[in-house]
Amino acid sequence: MTRPLDLTRRSALTAAAGIGVSVTFLGRQAFAEVGGSLAKRKLVVIVCRGAMDGLSVSPPVGDSNYHALRGEIAIAGFDQPGGALKLDDTFGLHPKLATVHALAMKGQARIAPAVATPDRARSHFEAQDVLESGSSVVYGASSGWLNRAMEAMGPRKIEAISVGAQAPLILRGKIQAASWSPGGYKDRDSRLPAILADLYAHDPLLGPALATGLDTEAMAKLATASEATITPASMVTPAPVAGQAPVDSMAMMQPQATEPAGRAYAQAGRAGAQAARTLGTTLAGFMMQPNGPQVAAISIDGFDTHANQGAAEGQLANRLAYLDAVVDGLSSGLGPEWRNTVVVAATEFGRTAHINGTKGTDHGTASTALVLGGGLKSGGIIGDWPTLQQARLFENRDTAPTLDMRGLFKGVLAEQMGVSRRALDTTVFPDSANVAPATAIIA
Amino acid sequence: MSIDPGFEASIAVTRFGLGARPGEIDAARGDAKGYLKAQIRDSGADQPQGQFETGAAHFVQVREYQIDKRQAKMAGEDPVKAAVRQIRESAQPEFLARAQLAAQTDASFRERWTLFWCNHFTVASKNLNTAVLVGPFEREAIRPHVFGRFEDLLAASTMHPGMLLYLDQAQSIGPNSPIMQMRGPGFPGRPKAGGLNENLAREILELHTLGVGSGYTQADVTEFARALTGWSIQGPETARFGGRFASAGAPGEFTFREAFHEPGARHILGKSYNQEGVAQAGAVLHDISASPATAHHLATKIARHFVADDPPPALVARLERAYLQSGGRLDQVADALIEAPEAWAPQQTKFKTPYEFLISSYRAVGAAPQDFTRFGPVLTGLGQQPFNAPSPKGWAEDAEAWAAPDAIVKRMSWSESFSQVAAPVVGQPIQIAQNSLGAQLSPPVALAISRAESRPEALSILLMSPEFQRR
Repeated sequence: MTRPLDLTRRSALTAAAGIGVSVTFLGRQAFAEVGGSLAKRKLVVIVCRGAMDGLSVSPPVGDSNYHALRGEIAIAGFDQPGGALKLDDTFGLHPKLATVHALAMKGQARIAPAVATPDRARSHFEAQDVLESGSSVVYGASSGWLNRAMEAMGPRKIEAISVGAQAPLILRGKIQAASWSPGGYKDRDSRLPAILADLYAHDPLLGPALATGLDTEAMAKLATASEATITPASMVTPAPVAGQAPVDSMAMMQPQATEPAGRAYAQAGRAGAQAARTLGTTLAGFMMQPNGPQVAAISIDGFDTHANQGAAEGQLANRLAYLDAVVDGLSSGLGPEWRNTVVVAATEFGRTAHINGTKGTDHGTASTALVLGGGLKSGGIIGDWPTLQQARLFENRDTAPTLDMRGLFKGVLAEQMGVSRRALDTTVFPDSANVAPATAIIA
Repeated sequence: MSIDPGFEASIAVTRFGLGARPGEIDAARGDAKGYLKAQIRDSGADQPQGQFETGAAHFVQVREYQIDKRQAKMAGEDPVKAAVRQIRESAQPEFLARAQLAAQTDASFRERWTLFWCNHFTVASKNLNTAVLVGPFEREAIRPHVFGRFEDLLAASTMHPGMLLYLDQAQSIGPNSPIMQMRGPGFPGRPKAGGLNENLAREILELHTLGVGSGYTQADVTEFARALTGWSIQGPETARFGGRFASAGAPGEFTFREAFHEPGARHILGKSYNQEGVAQAGAVLHDISASPATAHHLATKIARHFVADDPPPALVARLERAYLQSGGRLDQVADALIEAPEAWAPQQTKFKTPYEFLISSYRAVGAAPQDFTRFGPVLTGLGQQPFNAPSPKGWAEDAEAWAAPDAIVKRMSWSESFSQVAAPVVGQPIQIAQNSLGAQLSPPVALAISRAESRPEALSILLMSPEFQRR
């Protein structure tokens, strides 16, 4: 009965190897010739999963309580080695966020240092659900707010794209999501796609997925043609992640060794950053196409730093280097279109203000969101800074939220993409009329 | 509910099991429920075949490597890298053996049930230490207990070095513990860091037992974390913790470090725990295992995995009842699942995960993966990196997460490659289709297979058919 068979040694299974960065499109409507300047506007949302530590992203080194609370994981002051990159008298940026800092110096990056979703359970999975669904309660919506925002833009017919190993909730919904990753479909003479399209004709899950997947494949050829360095091989980084052979670049975005093997660790970090930058330029390549997507979402995992978080170097620093590299790839890849683009990076919640017993931080409340783009209005921080005085900490442990995450997203959607207040209050962020959009973000 | 006996046999093998191997649907025909129940047994799951080291041995290996690292580095960079690679690669044969078990077992309901619990108690390769412990964790903590009491499974998971490291418990120290009272510069055996880490405590309540939204508070999490202090792993450098801070246990195995334990009573979910030592958190695990919230949470997850992403409430209630009435016996819950009419609805609503899709493809042609360096990267490419779930919540369960357009194209691409190799040596495609899907094979797919231009094309159509992609 059993006939063991070495099916894999002989042939072309490498087709699917070394992939894992996937790019997901929304919709395949024609790019509309309406909407004037709005037709060129682009929006990218980066979801930083695992609860990114706002106090390291934009360390408030000028806050008198910061260094005492943070101990050895605090980022050093402005003028010290490995110190924060200065934004104003209170805030800096993590030293690995050099691209973000350079943008900030040109008025193209701002921070919202105390932003939180309405969820307070400190559960990653519940909070990510709220962050992406746009609901005020957990499991309140099964689609994502970015997808519903597309719906609200209705007649303008706009396309969107997302990057990540799986279809993220933020872009799920009525508008079909598609995806792409390097090393895609090889055998272009095959009859199989057509046969399957026929068999899937009445399949509500597989039919639209296959159609969009094949379209995206075709677009990917164009998107990557202009960037000679983007090949499946360049997405494969032989970094020591899990004990498996070829590790794809998304794997590089998963938690790294807390056991830094010296140079090897730094090399893994650099390889990961290179892969992340390539991801940014690839996405920019898609968005630059005539029928390319205007809206995109990216996931970066691995921000759950309960132990050995590190400071200027280390576990969290590597993740932030990846974030910075994605931004670098996007902003340089978009070239002249960068001025029409806004990027928002946000996380499900922040981390405890105090260092914990294992040189890390536990689940907290408010964190930092980054808003970047060539067309930002200049200004200081978005929202208020509650300070880190003990009495001001939320439940005596976390940065207190001063800005509702939905308000930040609403402000961006309104000013960048022209979504109406009515849609924002009702369908995009249900029952949120009491949450005012942040204003004066985009020129 | 009356069910077409043909469907019943197909469902038993494809929905409860991992997909039909040749002849299996025939074997299940007539008494599908009996066929499944025969797979429930006290001794738990099957073990992957091969000579594998224990988790303790792996742990000791990594710790000794870490201790020796500086010395090794003085001899040059390469020995260090080589050691890291060797340690990491030791997980590969283990993963392959697990996939081979899934591809070849005649008791694939037993294996699906086991994989469910492996995912429920996720340990993933977040660093060198955990990368080598995922396999041992499944073998040592999960497999022996999958048809026993949930409480025993929970305890085995919570005490295993894999879990203690993955969720940062091993170094969590009570702020008022003996070692913190004594610590000072130069004190022998003084831990470098001292303090509480609440990660494991939170995930036990949120993911392993009660479930989020069941009513526990931040204060419960913190108190439970205090109760868990001292739950740790015996290091090979035990000698450094000699004297009054010594604790029992062989290197690499669970140890309770009295010296790390936060003294005093704890108050968790409205109850006082006055126990001393390891018994304190043990009593908490016992109580939360018996909680109706845990029964509901587990019943919902089981129903979601086996039957539908949005499971019928009647089924959840049935499983919940079986759990509570049996004192949390998982064999009884498995039995209730098999008996539940909702589990036998002919509509296929579950979309296979990448692992399930690949394994069922091998099963369909009566083969098994033979080479990790080929099999592993394919899984990674499809979004399910071996032994490396993205978070403590484990792999996604819902169709929407896995049926992204990119994933469908990748599955199609893999199916063509697989079929080109397999089709010439595995027999008539229509026969394989009938063997692997039974009554679930639809007329349009059967027609498309019969009209295919080549055997590889026919086999690809089968693997990519709507009914083969689902279960």
